[in-house]
Amino acid sequence: MYAFDVTRPKTVAEAVAALSGDEAQALGGGQTLIPTLKQRLAAPATLVSLSAIDEMKGVCADGGTLTIGGGTTHATVAAEASAYPALAALAANIGDPAVRSRGTIGGSLANNDPSACYPSAALASGATIVTNNREIAADDYFQGLFTTALNEGEIITAVKFPVPEKANYQKFVQPASRFSLVGVFVAKYADGVRVAVTGASENGVFRWKEAEAALSANFSADAVEGLTASADGLINDLHGDAEYRAHLIKVMTKRAVAAAK
Amino acid sequence: MPKDHGIGASPKRREDVRFLTGKGQYTDDINLHGQTYVHFLRSDVAHGIIKSIDTSAAENMPGVVRIFTGADFEGVGGLPCGWQITDRHGQPMQEPGHPVLARGKVRHVGDPIAAIIAETKEQARDAAEAIELDIEELPAVVDMVSALAPDAPKVHDELTSNLCYDWGFVEENKAAVDEAFEKAAHVTTLELINNRLVANPMEPRVAVGDYNQANDESTLYTTSQNPHVIRLLMGAFVLGIPEHKLRVVAPDVGGGFGTKIFHYAEEAFVTFASRQIRRPVKWTSTRSEAFMSDAHGRDHKTKIELALDADNNFMAIRTDTYANMGAYLSTFAPSVPTWLHGTLMAGNYKTPLIYVNVKAVFTNTVPVDAYRGAGRPEATFQLERLVDKAARELGVDPIALRRQNFITQFPYATPVAVEYDTGDYIATMDRMEEIMDLSGFEARRKASEAKGKWRGLGVNCYIEACGIAPSNLVGQLGARAGLYDAATVRVNATGSISVMVGAHSHGQGHETTFPQVIAEMIGIDESQVDIVHGDSSKIPFGMGTYGSRSLAVCGSAMVRAAEKVIRKAKKIAAHLLEASEADIELKDGKFSVAGTDKECAWGDVTLAAYVPHNYPLEDIEPGLEETAFYDPANFTYPSGAYACEVEVDPETGKVTIEKFAAADDFGNVVNPMIVEGQVHGGIAQGIGQALLEAAVYDENGQLQSASYMDYAMPRADDVPFYIVDHSCCTPCTHNPLGVKGCGEAGAIGSPPAVVNAVIDALASGGKNVPHIDMPLTPHRVWKAINQ
Ligand SMILES: Cc1cc2nc3c(=O)[nH]c(=O)nc-3n(C[C@H](O)[C@H](O)[C@H](O)COP(=O)(O)OP(=O)(O)OC[C@H]3O[C@@H](n4cnc5c(N)ncnc54)[C@H](O)[C@@H]3O)c2cc1C
Repeated sequence: MYAFDVTRPKTVAEAVAALSGDEAQALGGGQTLIPTLKQRLAAPATLVSLSAIDEMKGVCADGGTLTIGGGTTHATVAAEASAYPALAALAANIGDPAVRSRGTIGGSLANNDPSACYPSAALASGATIVTNNREIAADDYFQGLFTTALNEGEIITAVKFPVPEKANYQKFVQPASRFSLVGVFVAKYADGVRVAVTGASENGVFRWKEAEAALSANFSADAVEGLTASADGLINDLHGDAEYRAHLIKVMTKRAVAAAK
Repeated sequence: MPKDHGIGASPKRREDVRFLTGKGQYTDDINLHGQTYVHFLRSDVAHGIIKSIDTSAAENMPGVVRIFTGADFEGVGGLPCGWQITDRHGQPMQEPGHPVLARGKVRHVGDPIAAIIAETKEQARDAAEAIELDIEELPAVVDMVSALAPDAPKVHDELTSNLCYDWGFVEENKAAVDEAFEKAAHVTTLELINNRLVANPMEPRVAVGDYNQANDESTLYTTSQNPHVIRLLMGAFVLGIPEHKLRVVAPDVGGGFGTKIFHYAEEAFVTFASRQIRRPVKWTSTRSEAFMSDAHGRDHKTKIELALDADNNFMAIRTDTYANMGAYLSTFAPSVPTWLHGTLMAGNYKTPLIYVNVKAVFTNTVPVDAYRGAGRPEATFQLERLVDKAARELGVDPIALRRQNFITQFPYATPVAVEYDTGDYIATMDRMEEIMDLSGFEARRKASEAKGKWRGLGVNCYIEACGIAPSNLVGQLGARAGLYDAATVRVNATGSISVMVGAHSHGQGHETTFPQVIAEMIGIDESQVDIVHGDSSKIPFGMGTYGSRSLAVCGSAMVRAAEKVIRKAKKIAAHLLEASEADIELKDGKFSVAGTDKECAWGDVTLAAYVPHNYPLEDIEPGLEETAFYDPANFTYPSGAYACEVEVDPETGKVTIEKFAAADDFGNVVNPMIVEGQVHGGIAQGIGQALLEAAVYDENGQLQSASYMDYAMPRADDVPFYIVDHSCCTPCTHNPLGVKGCGEAGAIGSPPAVVNAVIDALASGGKNVPHIDMPLTPHRVWKAINQ
């Protein structure tokens, strides 16, 4: 690591102020950022830890919406998001207990790793990403590999999930990292079904529109049977080629539909 | 009733108390007064010419003490290779130099180029970034077969090619083997890759060099499986320090699996540099460095053929293997694909004719050397996959084909030089069938089918050769060391005992098992006995721990030393009891005179030895301490039968291990619990190799699986509950305990069982796939299903 300063503000306002400093960077649970620093791949002058900001923590179900503070850990979501069981199950399957006890939903969505789990839930749920100064629809938020609509110094303070009638996340793990090789989140709402795929695309999380149309008409695994996910633009790596990933998208979608609750 | 003490009992591992409470003393826990830290600047290209290294800016960075480059090692030796192979034509292998820091050229990603010593680790790293390095990248040689093409770039310009050796074994058999293939009723051929692995012990390597100017002594603290071997190699071949001025200490070591046998550049560097700067120098490997500097394992590419007669008897085996040496010869690298591999090609079968060819090849990759099993897993995998394939081709039961060809008479001289002293392969196969509940397999297969899964059963046997010896033979085979071991049994005045052993425990549990043996021999409580290991200044000598040798070789030395102690103690007891030495018996810690009620306690005799007031001083010396060196007459030959049941998800290719049984014959067993633990760990590593692990290089020599993000280690939920059994016992005939060694069996015996099971599962789903190369990742299995 290169040397850096750390501040630990107590409010979002203080954090925003601290982040306006020279080469300041937000620190969530550090589960991505700390390894990056250890490898000397980043050199922030100041880390602004978000871990002491109470207003950014917690899970709250209100009407049809589940709101999760941007600083809420995966472990807390797993334990407390019972209003949205598919989301709680997703959080319970991220990494290992140490990762879940530290890593946060805000950090995960800000990072937008192409193999991360949360982006698929946010996109499939049509969630709203709430920041210190605006609200961003998930459809506008994810902009490719490790790229989002966030501006420099902008903090994710909360994420609002419309609770679906039924949903399920199927994660086929990459054997080494156990991130998703292909993860599919299916969410069924009164006005239609949304299907978001993570792990597969060179452009990060995306919606599988054909499957959404088919499932909106007939919410059953059979509805997907005749479809083929395109292998264009999918990741080719040690753990699977594009063709395999395309195949898994369909398999995981079917399984998610069959398991949706 | 199971025993509750001594040989055959299962006391808990006493060393675990300190390990589990964080009290272990590992090399990284050693911090010396005035200590400095070294960071190695390593090559990020696989092959290149070092045009220039400019360290001037770096030298002026804060905290920098000194920067070394290859030029500072003028007149210093290179890292030696401990085994010389003679090729098919009677010529010695090509043996390139292996500098401590690269000179002229870099030959693999991770090759150390410069060493920066600073007051802190981070300062050393900062300075490394300020070094200006000009490397002209050259095309890299990665693939073994193309490395041998006449126009391939050479890893070592001074060699004639990238071929280290072309070894034929047994060369005289070649013509007869070829002839048998001409006459065969059936020939089964299999081409396969034994995947390259990274050992990944939990504790990365660490080395601390400490030069003491007052007495001109150097101490190296290092994560080693064999401190005396390091002292010998580094002292004599690299740095020219005589043994009495060099101490090597390997304290608690967090796993080795072979990769901590070898003498590494970093060890020589910290010892050398400490003498230069007159301060202690410490290096702690990061996990990323470990991936590109710890010797890797396996990496063979093989074609193997089996000739069978019309009655399905094995007539001959012929193999053709390329073995990757990496960029330099690691300490024991040349022996692994040859003497530890070719000699095992008979397996459990009475195949009369065998010919093994091995071409060892230099490539621009990390050096490859012994990894748990070392050569024997490669041999077992080929053979047991081949026999399975033959059974499938012939439409016969794979177990029956094995049984038909088993060796049943012992001793048995194989056509590949070794002689098995004992074994009972039918018994272990029977036992495996029983504990696996093989008769219930069809029902389990159907139950899986009902869930949409394909279930398969894979079976295999293995034979291992442990405790490689005797020294005069291994010398003829090219070893540049002896392979005996040594122990000193020091009995203290009050009767407690310290045993100084040359074996080194880095997970094996010696601190528990070795005292069990002494306690049994003397009849005292185990708590009265401790072992001392890992410090060249405290133990007489030792060749260390690898090749499942500790109990069979060092344990035998300990028994011999204890026997000497007991002989002397009996003389003292005879004097105290005023009886003839021949009438003295030792039982339950008491000496008695046969046929009388006269007795004295162990402690009375030991006290007399150190307070010799009433003592036969004219006949024997005071004190009670004996040393023995033990050089075994032969290898030991553990064997066993393993079985694995898998479920394959045909939609995704994912394999899950549903059931695994291991029936081993380890000869006599000192601590059954520890033996089971060794087998569990070995199987986990074998499953890792079969399903998960692979060190993969791209065509430019970049290691693609260079972290746990891409290199898949087995986790708890990747492995099943093992059913293990070692009740089959044919004791070793030539060592005093009748023990054979159990450390590597699991890693040797399990990969073929897993792969055979997957092939069987695919067949049960209607897919006849001849072979899939390890690791059988979901992607590979899915491709095999859909090809
Ligand atoms: C061993 C391991 C296994 C893992 N497995 C999985 C897995 O299976 N699935 C999965 O999805 N993830 C996995 N992860 C990643 C994990 O979920 C991380 O916690 C997450 O990606 C980052 O969250 P964090 O809070 O730790 O963020 P940090 O690492 O602290 O930060 C990551 C980035 O986000 C920024 N940031 C942090 N918080 C905010 C915020 N509130 N607003 C704006 N920017 C912010 C930081 O500046 C930084 O750029 C794994 C991680 C590890 C170490």
